[in-house]
Amino acid sequence: MKTVALRLLPALAALWLAAPASAQLSVDVTGQIQTDLRIAVPPMPAQQSVDTPAGSTDLLGQKIAEVIAADLKGSGLFAPLGPAGVQAPTVPEVTNPVFARWAGMNAEALVQGFVRSGGGDSQITVGCYLYDVALKQELTRQGYVVAPRDWRRAAHRCADLIYSRLTGESPFFDSRIAYIAETGPKDNRVKRLAIMDSDGANHRFITNGQSLALTPRWSPDYKSIAYVSYVGKTVRIYIYSVDKGSQTAIFETTNATFAPRWSPDGRTLLFSMASGGNTDIYKIPATGGRPTRLTNTPGINVGGSFSPDGSRIVFESDRSGGQQIYVMSADGSGQKRISFGGGRYATPEWSPRGDLIAFTKIAGNFRIGVMSPAGGEERLLTNGWQDESPTWSPNGRVLQFFRTSEGRGGKSSIWQVDLTGVNERHIVTPVDGSDPSWGPLLQ
Amino acid sequence: MRMTSAILLVSSAALALSACSKKAPEALPPPPADTAPTPTPTPPPPPAGPTPGSQADFVASVTSDRIFFDTDKSDVDAEDQVTLRSQATWLARYPQKRITIEGHCDERGTREYNIALGERRANAAKNYLVELGVDASRITTISYGKERPAALGSDEASWAQNRRAVTVTVE
Repeated sequence: MKTVALRLLPALAALWLAAPASAQLSVDVTGQIQTDLRIAVPPMPAQQSVDTPAGSTDLLGQKIAEVIAADLKGSGLFAPLGPAGVQAPTVPEVTNPVFARWAGMNAEALVQGFVRSGGGDSQITVGCYLYDVALKQELTRQGYVVAPRDWRRAAHRCADLIYSRLTGESPFFDSRIAYIAETGPKDNRVKRLAIMDSDGANHRFITNGQSLALTPRWSPDYKSIAYVSYVGKTVRIYIYSVDKGSQTAIFETTNATFAPRWSPDGRTLLFSMASGGNTDIYKIPATGGRPTRLTNTPGINVGGSFSPDGSRIVFESDRSGGQQIYVMSADGSGQKRISFGGGRYATPEWSPRGDLIAFTKIAGNFRIGVMSPAGGEERLLTNGWQDESPTWSPNGRVLQFFRTSEGRGGKSSIWQVDLTGVNERHIVTPVDGSDPSWGPLLQ
Repeated sequence: MRMTSAILLVSSAALALSACSKKAPEALPPPPADTAPTPTPTPPPPPAGPTPGSQADFVASVTSDRIFFDTDKSDVDAEDQVTLRSQATWLARYPQKRITIEGHCDERGTREYNIALGERRANAAKNYLVELGVDASRITTISYGKERPAALGSDEASWAQNRRAVTVTVE
């Protein structure tokens, strides 16, 4: 996918340069301001109505606006107006908005854009413009050139541009989730590896459910998924190649290997291996080779998550009697407990921003929380009966996790919450879902 | 003949389950063994029962095919030892038979920790059988964590049934 500055419209070059760097419009992600920003998202007009394999450019303009509005709404920070029920601007209006019209809808911000295509399989160009309605100013703009089938990515990128410009945070919509799709009765669940976009679109089942699949993790380049599969009577980590559609075990052993985790550079995998009733954490080159043992205490040492710079690992251990969170250097040295809040702590995940550790807290119910990497400053974000296994959005501002319902149904579903704990929502999947793994921003 | 053996199986399974009432409460076990059909043939029946050395024979012969654990524990207590001794006795009778011990957990643990805990439980059962003289090479272990509960409820009685290590003979 190509990102282009919209220099293709020479008349607007002056405006581009004049775009103010310090407009007042902004969105607060700390939760102290509870009012969602009213942002108009009208359908995007096509420069000419042309057919593409993904539909006409007119239709794409409507659908792209829908995805942008849904992304912004899903973040919990915006109240989009449109595209349904809002008339599309004309193409000239895209770069020269009729601000009075949007002020009349009490919109504070405005997203406009256009879709252009040479027709057929040729790439489409999607323009994306953000305006401050009160100041009557352009805040930012970007163009995206994609294959017609990738039109949703252009929409996510536009939503990311708006989110970043108005919140000051890094983008996250243009990313993917790997997870486990679940069907069947509680005592014989069929669990399949599946992938989807961050908003649930482009859903695809990867495995057929004959082998129990658990705990996937995207490689940072999205080329592979490490996950656990029960093949025969062995519990083992496999690396599934998304392009080739084939998989290999990372390490041949009769011991159970599980809890795979990639290093931020994708070169190393952490895994946990049970031997003689003990479980320890190892690391191994992602291409295979000899594992290096990182923990060596009686009991269960499991999981692990690298700090963004790859220098440290946060992990879980019951060496003190119950599950708690520990931090160590990437070579295994300097192991130190950081969770002291009472109850048990599990599934630590280091934020891609580096500033927080997300975890599952077990104290009666299971809840998702965050703490500082030094321990302390603990905040619980959810309050389900059993909320488990947080995974960070690429910008470290949002978490997905799975929620299991109490009782004989054993239903599970994927949820999302931001760091305020206020904006929680269900991520809709075709069947039940668990073990979400959020990958990085797509390149 | 086939009928008889089926009945025998059912009643011994019921016995096996009710034998674990200490940690696995009464809520779930099937009705007691005395509800088994009464009619028995008057002529002395030919020795009936599962094929010697089969999984059915194992289940019919041992105190139980499973032991139960307390929350987050993997200790083999006195009652578990009785069960495992009966399994070791059977295994001594069939020295060619191999077994897999499946470790399980209740749903109130995180997924990966439970895989490790189930492995620890299966290993605890294995170690005791080895102490009793069963060759370690005959025993493999596998953990299902919380993936395959035996009881479906979200209550202490169900969870007690699910914290288990089950011995399965390899056919």
